[in-house]
Amino acid sequence: MIRIANINKNFGERQVLEDISLRFEQGKTNLIIGKSGSGKTVLMKCLVGLLEADSGHIFYDSRDFLRMNTRARKTLRKEMGMLFQGGALFDSMTVTENVVFPLNMFTNKSKGEKIRRAGFCLDRVNLHNVGHLYPSELSGGMKKRVAIARAIAIGPKYLFCDEPNSGLDPPTAILIDKLISEITRELDITTVVNTHDLNSVMEIGDHVAFIHQGKLWWTGSNREILHTSNKELNSFVYATELMRCLRQ
Amino acid sequence: MQLFYHVGRYFMLTATVLQRPEKFSIYRRQIIVEMDHLGLNSLGIVAIVSVFMGAVVTIQTAFNTDHPLLPAYAIGFATRQAIILEFSPTVISLILAGKVGSRIASEIGTMRVTEQIDALEIMGVNAASYLILPKIIACLVINPMLVVISMFLGIYGGWLASAITGVVPLNNFVYGIIFEFSGFDIFYAIIKTLVFAFIIASVSGYYGFYTKGGALEVGHSSTRAVVLSSINIILFNLILTQILLA
Ligand SMILES: Nc1ncnc2c1ncn2[C@@H]1O[C@H](COP(=O)(O)OP(=O)(O)OP(=O)(O)O)[C@@H](O)[C@H]1O
Ligand SMILES: [Mg+2]
Repeated sequence: MIRIANINKNFGERQVLEDISLRFEQGKTNLIIGKSGSGKTVLMKCLVGLLEADSGHIFYDSRDFLRMNTRARKTLRKEMGMLFQGGALFDSMTVTENVVFPLNMFTNKSKGEKIRRAGFCLDRVNLHNVGHLYPSELSGGMKKRVAIARAIAIGPKYLFCDEPNSGLDPPTAILIDKLISEITRELDITTVVNTHDLNSVMEIGDHVAFIHQGKLWWTGSNREILHTSNKELNSFVYATELMRCLRQ
Repeated sequence: MQLFYHVGRYFMLTATVLQRPEKFSIYRRQIIVEMDHLGLNSLGIVAIVSVFMGAVVTIQTAFNTDHPLLPAYAIGFATRQAIILEFSPTVISLILAGKVGSRIASEIGTMRVTEQIDALEIMGVNAASYLILPKIIACLVINPMLVVISMFLGIYGGWLASAITGVVPLNNFVYGIIFEFSGFDIFYAIIKTLVFAFIIASVSGYYGFYTKGGALEVGHSSTRAVVLSSINIILFNLILTQILLA
């Protein structure tokens, strides 16, 4: 479980996040939705400490992340996995080497064990016989899946995904969403997903938080989202003709 | 102000880089990879530059010291001193600043703009140390070797020039090369090279690591890395020459 309270973040004069308080439950897929530029990525980066929040609290199962020293943070980070918007695979390494990397760095497993674990993770994301390829030889969807495999390789307790399915065709996008949601249940981890894709919201959104212009406007489940009276959220949900037809 | 900002941030980064590595075995492997990338790949250009440099220094010295009071071996002697004390350590380091520095900055810069460095940080890896320390160590090991090779090849170039053009009789040239040879000169050259190697790897690593933006900025970082490494090399060359030879 992750709890954040009163998070603020400014870039110079510009306030990007304003007083955000939220809970992300364990074993659930927690979604952060909002328009492009609403501050989703910034919020996620504050959560994991890639950006420093100006004020507020972030608790990882009661451990206060913002008031930790560097060493304690590093220890906590070994419990985190993150999927970046662009995949962020190490392009000097093959797929297998990418997945094995965190294991090399932080475990004392034998080589065979590590390779087996990498194979297991790659199987889990439905990738077979690509271990020897380099990231430049993969398609966008495959890169995302390798990135998921790398993020879960070390067995994280917290998984962060920044737009896991942006730029993918609908079936592949849903595949990746389902994968994330299944892994969350299987491993009983706390997962936070940034998205602006309503398909994902309906498919996997156990908990949904809607962010608009850096403020938290609405929280609830994916069922409730269709029947809310919140004006901003409605205009987000019913932005497309398809959704407007469905409403009628 | 900008200068203080960069110098401060550079020293802070260097402190992070020099922290105790998470796992030595991984660093060891990285160092070997980097020595291959940064060192062996530079052998060709170092060899070519050195031979020609030696030849030119010899011919120039011969033409400019054409005086009956100067012994003929003085040309060999002057060539040797120039190559060992200045040309090999400084010129080769400057060339390596261009070749190795731009490579380091663009490699690390690309990792920054594609969020690979963020991915390392999230895993709990000390990204600065993981990326920069092996490169520094590789340069500290490889550059002195390259410079020593360059000294031999430079003198060989001088020998070739005298053999082919006959600007100086060969036996006089060889006599000048071994005349009053002092091991301290080599030591002095190695010390300079080590300092330059550290500058090349750490300054380029710094510019790569703090790249912001996209592909365009990676190019800028790489240029800035080369320029700043070169300026620092020249600056420290002056300082070290003053300290070591005074
Ligand atoms: N490093 C930065 N410096 C200044 N402003 C920034 C920085 N990073 C983000 N911003 C601003 O913060 C706002 C939120 O950006 P953010 O990347 O969080 O959007 P997002 O919700 O993730 O959008 P998208 O869905 O397009 O990824 C944007 O208006 C952006 O201009
Ligand atoms: Mg984003």
